[in-house]
Amino acid sequence: MPEPLLEVKNLRVHFPTEDGIVKAVDGVSFAIQPGETLGVVGESGSGKSVSFLTVMGLINRKSAIVEGEVIFQGQDLLNVPKEELQAIRGNKIGMIFQDPMTSLHPFYKVGDQIAETILAHEDISKKEAGTRAVDMLRRVGIPRPDERARQYPHEFSGGMRQRAMIAMALSLNPDLLIADEPTTALDVTVQAQILDLIDRLQSEFNTAVALITHDLGVVAEHCDYIQVMYAGRLVEVGTADDIYYQPMMPYTWGLLKSIPLLTAQEERLQPIRGLPPSLIHVPEGCPFNPRCPYVFDRCRVETPQLLPVDGFHAAACHLSLEDRKRIVEQEVLERT
Amino acid sequence: MSTTETLATPPPAKPTVEPLVRLEGVKKYFPITRGIIFQRKVGAVHAVDGVDLEIFPGETLGLVGETGCGKSTLARVVMRLHSLTEGKLWFDGRDVSNIRGRNLRDLRRDMQMVFQDPYASLNPRKTVGSIIGAPFRLHGTIPKNKVKGEVQELMELVGLNPEHYNRYPHEFSGGQRQRIGVARSLALRPKLIVCDEPVSALDVSIQAQILNLLEDLQNEFHLTYLFIAHDLSVVKHVSDRVAVMYLGKIVETAERDSLYAQPRHPYTGALMSAVPVPDPKLAKAKRRIILEGDVPSPIDPPSGCRFHPRCPRTQSLAKEQGLTDEHGAPLRFVPKCHDEEPLLTDQGPGHTAACHFPIDTRIIPVDIDTEGPGASP
Repeated sequence: MPEPLLEVKNLRVHFPTEDGIVKAVDGVSFAIQPGETLGVVGESGSGKSVSFLTVMGLINRKSAIVEGEVIFQGQDLLNVPKEELQAIRGNKIGMIFQDPMTSLHPFYKVGDQIAETILAHEDISKKEAGTRAVDMLRRVGIPRPDERARQYPHEFSGGMRQRAMIAMALSLNPDLLIADEPTTALDVTVQAQILDLIDRLQSEFNTAVALITHDLGVVAEHCDYIQVMYAGRLVEVGTADDIYYQPMMPYTWGLLKSIPLLTAQEERLQPIRGLPPSLIHVPEGCPFNPRCPYVFDRCRVETPQLLPVDGFHAAACHLSLEDRKRIVEQEVLERT
Repeated sequence: MSTTETLATPPPAKPTVEPLVRLEGVKKYFPITRGIIFQRKVGAVHAVDGVDLEIFPGETLGLVGETGCGKSTLARVVMRLHSLTEGKLWFDGRDVSNIRGRNLRDLRRDMQMVFQDPYASLNPRKTVGSIIGAPFRLHGTIPKNKVKGEVQELMELVGLNPEHYNRYPHEFSGGQRQRIGVARSLALRPKLIVCDEPVSALDVSIQAQILNLLEDLQNEFHLTYLFIAHDLSVVKHVSDRVAVMYLGKIVETAERDSLYAQPRHPYTGALMSAVPVPDPKLAKAKRRIILEGDVPSPIDPPSGCRFHPRCPRTQSLAKEQGLTDEHGAPLRFVPKCHDEEPLLTDQGPGHTAACHFPIDTRIIPVDIDTEGPGASP
């Protein structure tokens, strides 16, 4: 296997608060190879955003306890000086966020904001940076880019703003693009456009992408690998085919079953019962046990480890593999 | 005006039942003005532009469309939160297009709304008990000393712990807040509940809980829903009939199964193809129609068929026929789509679409009527 682009080892991010320690990320390890797409799936509060904000160095280290290693191109990002981190951030790693309105500055023209990103990292003239900003806007499919570059964010629609954000994130041709729920605030039609755009640009620039989402439907066609997070931990990792056709963890089943399908005949959805746990009082044993329909005694005392199922596929569950295979056949895949 | 056409074609679905809500040629324009003291009207946003629609008692009508197509405005017109610019609105056999004051207030008892954003639609400084109890206090339907008991009953009904009566909205998660919104809307036992994107802000796992709750309540109280969403897969699970809206107009209406088996309007097809499918193989096999651009401005909607500048169907037809404009450049649409506005025409039982060249190819390649173990007869 070639050297991974990003390797996260045993990452822990804990926030001490008055009510107790919020264990937002609790021992997460994964790797991203150059050019591949990793889907990160989980509910609100599963730690998926926090783990990638930590990778970006966007977690205030004064208010959080961060442990583990984040190795990006051979460098541990948790231990590099601020100046070096700034040179990597934006330049080597780009990030786009859920809400494109709050991530663009309302007072500055869109083209200027993109040019500013380029100027922060490269020693070129303002004019050149402006030309490149327009060129990036063109590449992300914004019509009349030279006119659009002179407009303000409020003159853009939601989809257009997200395109502008992507243009900004890719303007320095980063090796890794982190997309944190990039389409959650958008219409399905625009979502399809944006995901397609990310796909296209990825092959054009050979960028690795981490696509963070709560919707397993979104990542199906766009990701090589998928990891499912729950209560700050990885509970299942595998290729897209593993996760959709041979899922091995009750939480993944719950996520798959709760998606309304266009193709299914059944009338009633099967939601996951209960609510995501508080990250201060994570349930003892398997964090999913209070919501799991297949819970038994061992689940309440012992935390399951992420164990290999076959090949790259791994899951954290105490149920025997045979039982899980049977349940998948009988209850999960029968919908489609 | 389009009114005459609707009357000419009798409603094919449940013709003997009187609709609970009937809209006829409903228009809602918002004026755009210039000047501070002497305001001149310089234009109008054509948010809803001639809609005929019927909602029958006990059914769920799904209303689908992109942001900016006027679906929320239409919902507010039905609720009479907006006045009508033109057209007629009937509720329960009564013309309510122009009623005001006391009559309007009494009407509101029978229609309630669940909003999209469970964070913005609940007053953060009021307790849950007082939020859910507000309709009782406003309408005075039950004596004051009985409000608390009634509210706690409602809370239990929607799956909230009645002991949380004195808590504030910020103490609840998004899904629970939406339950509070549902409980409030149920308080006066309305006949119609308008749900404006009630699950768009929620995680998928929680979304399914709310959809099931709405379904249970409908069965229990014989509610009628107008259910608005931009996601066709969500609408499929709750609706009996579906209406697709584009730029202020209804472009397709059909019974749920008929619509999903074979959408006729290219816009419906595009919406359907945009729904993410949680199945990598099917996702790659499905027909992908990526719509270009956004919904055009409703201030100056395109001529002819409003969808023609984005329509993949008219584009491919124009290409097939090798159509060119006067300069010899290839046309991106068939002239008929540009010049002539299509009207809603019959496309099968209970199925209407407003398109000159309706589509007849499947979007999802799996034949869901004949394949698979769970196929219906």
